[in-house]
Amino acid sequence: MSKEFTFEIDGRLVKAVQGDTIMQAADAAGVYIPRLCDTEGLEPQGSCRVCVVKQNGRSVSACTQPAIADSKVENETEEIQGYRRNLVRMLYHEGNHLCPICEASGRCELQAMGYRLGITQATKYPYLQPVRPVDASHPDIVLDTNRCIFCGRCIRASRDIDGKHVFEYVGRGIHKRVGVNGDRLAQTNVELTDRAIDLATCPVGCIIQKGKGFFAPIGQRQFDHKPISLGVAAVDPEEAE
Amino acid sequence: MAVKQPMNDQERVAFIDQVCRRYQFDRSRLMDILLDIQAELNGIEAPLMEAVAQRLSITRVEVEGMVSFYAFFSAHRQGEIVIRVSNDIVDRHAGAEEVARIFSEELQTPIGGDSEDGRFSLEFIPFLGMSDQAPAAMIGATILTRLTPEKVRTICARLKSGVAPSDLIEHYGDGNNAHPLVCAEVENGIRQRGDVLLCEGIVDGAALDSALRRTPDDLLAELSESGLTGRGGAGFPTARKWRVAADTAAERRYVVCNADEGEPGTFKDRVLLTERADLMVEGMTIAAYVIGAEAGIIYLRGEYAYLRAYLEDVLRQRRERGLLGETIAGREGFDFDIRIQLGAGAYICGEESALLSSCEGLRGEPKNRPPFPVESGYLGYPTVVDNVETFCCAARIMELGGAWFGGFGTGRTTGTKLFSVSGDCARPGVYELPFGITVQDLLDLVEAPDAAAVQVGGPSGQMINSGQFERRLCLEDLPTGGSVMVFSLHRNILEIVDHFLEFFVEESCGYCTPCRVGNVFLKKRIEKVRKGLCGAEDLGYLQELGKTISMTSRCGLGLTSPNPVISTIRNFPLVYAALLKSNGDGLEPSFDIQHALEESRRLAKRRSMIYDPTYDDA
Amino acid sequence: MKKRIATVSLAGCFGCHMALLDIDERLLDLLQSVEFDRSPLNDLKKFTRRCDIGLVEGGCCNEENVHTLREFRRNCDVLIAVGQCAVMGGLPVMRNAIMHSEDPLRECLETAYLNSDKIYNPSNRIPNDEALPLLLDKVYTLAEVVKVDYQIPGCPPSGDTLWYTLSALLAGKPVELPYELLRYD
Repeated sequence: MSKEFTFEIDGRLVKAVQGDTIMQAADAAGVYIPRLCDTEGLEPQGSCRVCVVKQNGRSVSACTQPAIADSKVENETEEIQGYRRNLVRMLYHEGNHLCPICEASGRCELQAMGYRLGITQATKYPYLQPVRPVDASHPDIVLDTNRCIFCGRCIRASRDIDGKHVFEYVGRGIHKRVGVNGDRLAQTNVELTDRAIDLATCPVGCIIQKGKGFFAPIGQRQFDHKPISLGVAAVDPEEAE
Repeated sequence: MAVKQPMNDQERVAFIDQVCRRYQFDRSRLMDILLDIQAELNGIEAPLMEAVAQRLSITRVEVEGMVSFYAFFSAHRQGEIVIRVSNDIVDRHAGAEEVARIFSEELQTPIGGDSEDGRFSLEFIPFLGMSDQAPAAMIGATILTRLTPEKVRTICARLKSGVAPSDLIEHYGDGNNAHPLVCAEVENGIRQRGDVLLCEGIVDGAALDSALRRTPDDLLAELSESGLTGRGGAGFPTARKWRVAADTAAERRYVVCNADEGEPGTFKDRVLLTERADLMVEGMTIAAYVIGAEAGIIYLRGEYAYLRAYLEDVLRQRRERGLLGETIAGREGFDFDIRIQLGAGAYICGEESALLSSCEGLRGEPKNRPPFPVESGYLGYPTVVDNVETFCCAARIMELGGAWFGGFGTGRTTGTKLFSVSGDCARPGVYELPFGITVQDLLDLVEAPDAAAVQVGGPSGQMINSGQFERRLCLEDLPTGGSVMVFSLHRNILEIVDHFLEFFVEESCGYCTPCRVGNVFLKKRIEKVRKGLCGAEDLGYLQELGKTISMTSRCGLGLTSPNPVISTIRNFPLVYAALLKSNGDGLEPSFDIQHALEESRRLAKRRSMIYDPTYDDA
Repeated sequence: MKKRIATVSLAGCFGCHMALLDIDERLLDLLQSVEFDRSPLNDLKKFTRRCDIGLVEGGCCNEENVHTLREFRRNCDVLIAVGQCAVMGGLPVMRNAIMHSEDPLRECLETAYLNSDKIYNPSNRIPNDEALPLLLDKVYTLAEVVKVDYQIPGCPPSGDTLWYTLSALLAGKPVELPYELLRYD
């Protein structure tokens, strides 16, 4: 019999079962903790750090940190939101994110997180403007790695759900990237029906399904009217058909 | 040296098959498999990755992930002899750049590249562990120290004439450095022997002998009484670590020794591995007895590969003497054996969970915690990971008692500590001193009257100014895993800061956003500060960025990587102030119009009508 | 007293200026409270006096952009970067992605004028008239060159977004865009 307990998120009492992460307990209670690398159905990995919260004063990633009975968790405080803005900005400045010409604009979780956090003003962060390859070798799929944010969702989906392990991190540090199992994507056994290629898997416009760009008109896109939050997923599957 | 005939494709695949068989096609031994392939074939190209992947039933990109993570692996075929010049700040101050340049010229090999004839490769590595005898380089697995331009030219001439790297050594260092299985030029550089580790007359087996007469619980109490804290730098109480591992229900448990001494400026574990290997293994064996482990691993950094044969021999001898293996010291049911896991050039593997990832044949990325390694570590089993020095101390405590050990040091940081001192001082080397000694006392011992700044704890530690030399080296004040780097007045503080940031950018595993990206941003802004292209508000920017990195990073690397910036802004404010521009005019000082136009002027072959003031006269 | 506004388009497409016209009949309200100084809307090419607000569209890709931007900074109390090009470089910034070659600017010019089969350029020369401002080594955002007080993202920002921002500024209130008005595309 699992032990039940409660803890607080921003003053609100939340129930949890022994072994729950803060994120699981928050989701179940309908409290949204911003996130990018964590998504429904995949093992959490705690890499984007956008879900950072303070648990009894110590900063932790909500998607990997077990909830503790009677603890106090700070989620949407000014301090934490400030870190989140900085993290989202880092991701923006690390890659080449040209929203005006991106197929994922309007359904992009990175963009939506920018909107949710109200990111508008200038920072001193430099734009790294990397030169990264576009792999259009596959008949159905394009990889524009300029937009990759290294969330690893495609890696985990391909490995744990598709059982193919088509993607994996290669390199390290700022040179880290997502590699494919071959010289080009066309040489791999990846298919359009893979979970890794599902529009809901890649949070940005890195994995693109050919012939499916800009399927929703402006004004009817995922995040045009509603901020990213619980239940507002990256993409409405019916819309994408 | 006989020139090795390169293998043809078929032979290479057969070799890979043989290597994979050597490790029973065990995916968790991927590190060893790749090390063996790299050593024999000088590189692990895509077809070889494919061959390994097939044999281990994994995908090629997984193998590529490993090869591209570790600095000592190469996805292309490198030269037969790889020369690696230590590029830490102390080696640089001692002339590492010139050393590399001469290697490059003499061997016709670009830095970071290979010679055309395929014989040599040349690269910088972040830290070799020899900064008390800098500048140093690693040629193959052979380490050469105190390099001078003259010495490098001689080395190059001999290498070109076919002399093997191990035959380049002209004289052996002191102590076990001259042991037939070590044969290294390295000097121990022991300057001060304390009462715990470097003293003479430590009797082999005495600690184990005394430990085995007592119950594990009893030993934990002894350890607890000693107050021993982890010597790697974090300072976690060792007894608590062992206790949790012992108390966690599991089928198996492991003891792992962290000999991945990567923090620049630290080289005391090198000395312990050379002179106190038995004591270290004894500490591990006692830990195994206390927690109930049957297997252990020594994670030896790739840079110290020259010690591997010697350490293997120490283990072999202990097995022969019944101190390792089955039925240790005749005690039925006490079985424990150790394997050595060689690293491959990754600072992050000094972080205990990244070290375990590496031992499991994975990219050396830290794991999510909790669970902590003591609950779920190597292959998911409870694992005690401790530093070389910690195991040595533990062994001494079991022999002489917790109260004896607790008699040294301060209230919270007991015992003695091995300090590795390098930089601008007359007597660099290893000093064993009680915790709590002041920086000034240490500076007096090492003869550094001109010290203007001291970096305590390596790049991830703090840089203090001369007004702070009365501070004490201990957890209560200035914690350190042993690295103490001394800088005189003539050194450029911001060059040092910039260099430390370069180190962190290079060594970040890239797993989490703040450490991967934020450190690059810190470095870019410090570069601009150095060029005089920043205003006062840039200090606030650096501090806020640093805070975000340390508050949100996933492991200790990102937690501490902003320290060079944060501690120097605090302790050397005038160094910054002298370089900052005022920007009351609303212009960004970091934007340099002259620089931005340079290339255009050259291409258009004309000058600017706006920004070249003498244009009209031309 | 009416507030004075200056506007300019640097390395942009004038789309943001078009968007300003998208505030439609509210333009009349706006003109009740502001006067336009230097702006392509009235063809005034020089500042006649100090302005309260400067709206700058586009990033900096050449020396003239830098010169103009600095002039705006000197002559405006509040400087606003309008649109994605001003904020992060926009489409022109794509040239920065070839910046990492040995000779990036040459590569950029040769691709634009010589080496593409999509180009009709019988002279086979790269334009180099004295009157042409020199290109910068790369495209810079406004905030990289001068201190920017506000940024209005969007490609272009909608008329509503511009109206909202200007109204708030003129009323002396902080600019916090409502969710529906904050767009990066």
